[in-house]
Amino acid sequence: MAGASAAVAAPSLFKVLIQRRSVALGLAILAVVLFAAVFADVIAPHDPGVMSVRNRLKPPSAEWWFGTDEFGRDVFTRLIYAGRVSLIVGIDTAVLASVIGIILGLTGGFFRKLDAPVSRLVDAMMAFPDILLAISLVAVLGGSLANLILALSIVYAPRVARVVRAATLVIRELPYVEAARALGTSTWRILVHHILRNMVSPVIVQATFIFAYSMLAEAGLSFLGVGVDPSTPTWGSMINGGRQYIGTADWLILFPGLAITLSVLSLQIAGDGLRDALDPRLSKDL
Amino acid sequence: MANYILKRFAGMALVIFIVLTLVFVLVRLAPGDPAAMMLGPEATAADIAALRSQLGLDQPIIVQYLGFIASVLQGDLGTSIFFNQPVTDVLIARAEPTVFLTLFSILIAVAIALPVGIASAYTRGSLFDQGTLSTAILVASVPSFWLGLIIQQQLGSNLGLLPVSGYGPPEAGFFERMTYLIMPAIVLGIVNSALIIRFTRASMLDVLSEDFVRTARSKGMSESRVVLKHAFKNALIPIVTVVGLTFALLISGAVVTERVFNLPGIGSLVVGAVLRRDYPTIQGALIVVAALYVFVNFLIDMLYLAIDPRVKY
Repeated sequence: MAGASAAVAAPSLFKVLIQRRSVALGLAILAVVLFAAVFADVIAPHDPGVMSVRNRLKPPSAEWWFGTDEFGRDVFTRLIYAGRVSLIVGIDTAVLASVIGIILGLTGGFFRKLDAPVSRLVDAMMAFPDILLAISLVAVLGGSLANLILALSIVYAPRVARVVRAATLVIRELPYVEAARALGTSTWRILVHHILRNMVSPVIVQATFIFAYSMLAEAGLSFLGVGVDPSTPTWGSMINGGRQYIGTADWLILFPGLAITLSVLSLQIAGDGLRDALDPRLSKDL
Repeated sequence: MANYILKRFAGMALVIFIVLTLVFVLVRLAPGDPAAMMLGPEATAADIAALRSQLGLDQPIIVQYLGFIASVLQGDLGTSIFFNQPVTDVLIARAEPTVFLTLFSILIAVAIALPVGIASAYTRGSLFDQGTLSTAILVASVPSFWLGLIIQQQLGSNLGLLPVSGYGPPEAGFFERMTYLIMPAIVLGIVNSALIIRFTRASMLDVLSEDFVRTARSKGMSESRVVLKHAFKNALIPIVTVVGLTFALLISGAVVTERVFNLPGIGSLVVGAVLRRDYPTIQGALIVVAALYVFVNFLIDMLYLAIDPRVKY
């Protein structure tokens, strides 16, 4: 029954979302970024790795849409390949952080005895600034794409945990949960079917924001040189590489910066729109 | 009330204790031998054994843990592998730019956010309000290091108004050093004002629709007095809370911004320590920053008691 109502709700939610002009614009930008990253092999006008001294530091033109870098590589091509890394980090972190956060939040919210320890653990995790904790984790675990995603998921999981805990505390006391308990439903079933199902929307909203934050954080880490393998182009490392040509070849930092800003912006707009559409009580004009 | 303060203090102590435990665990997550990792591939077995015993890694884990907690509580954060100095000294030597950068940035962020947020709420739905909201979301999406590079280029290199890089010559006095923080503080202040603007606006909107505001108006009180005195005072709690949360964001922003402006602060120290695998320094910086964050938020809780007489525990 719940499945049927969700199937009916899905198209109307999408309609509600795209009716807001800003959300429609956000989703459109996101779709373009996703499309470019997925089909980078087809779209890219040049090879991302081929160097050419003859073509170094060429300004944007019909041949080199976003110019070339100090090794003569096409900036546009590298930009769309770099988008893959950002999107993989963003999506995977959003999913993994949600999973860790849901486990923590459900545990704390549902089992009274575990609430205090889990909540203090979450408080302590939130005390570490995100970039600082992420670079420390990457330093310890070693710099790879998987470790970066794991580190950022640990950093952002507490945000999901807080939302899930708060929602669990409310839902736990609702009559239908009590009824399920009275009927002898197993704890596991109550957690998954009765509680978790009813907090899908706040978790999705949080996940959207985590998607955005982790893309920003990944860019920051790559800029610092502690992100993924330096030979893989990322938006952050492209900006770091272009630093020394600022003033002479501004396109080297201009386009990657715009790519980060537009992607993060579109996610934040989508997140705001989702929050308003899924739960009008939460929007509060923020 | 004394009871409440005591309870909150105990809560803070507990969270700091968990922070210490997490940091202890974190450093031991390293695959393989941390001593070997820190010394690099050229280290001899004897070197590694010596470092292991210096770090106490040759002892049982529980002894290591208790020893770690005991020395941190005594203010001993270990010895930096790279600087060969106590981590506490290394951190103190690098604290000045970070501390003042954070302070200036908070001041700039609040100075931007309060008037804009209040005006935005007051003119709800207007072009100004919509513009503010759009700008706030845009600003929160810009990577601070990118904005830093652009402002550095435009303001510093083009106009030559402010120093753009470094922290002055060694003989520079305190005020000269502070001028090197202005531009990074403007960057961080702008980026971090976005969240405070949104909270100020939302909080003011809540309060402006309340009965006592209408009463104040119907008494014939001037608008500025109604908004700034009656409404703003009552909207303060969420605003103060978000300023406290911004503190953590600012430290993260500072790590990256220090790198852009070549400031010798805690952020640059940690990035260097990460690249050199100087675990004691990373560990010490994490402890100090997280403990500071917990303490600031404890102070903010205490501030509630002062700003709102209705808050009684």
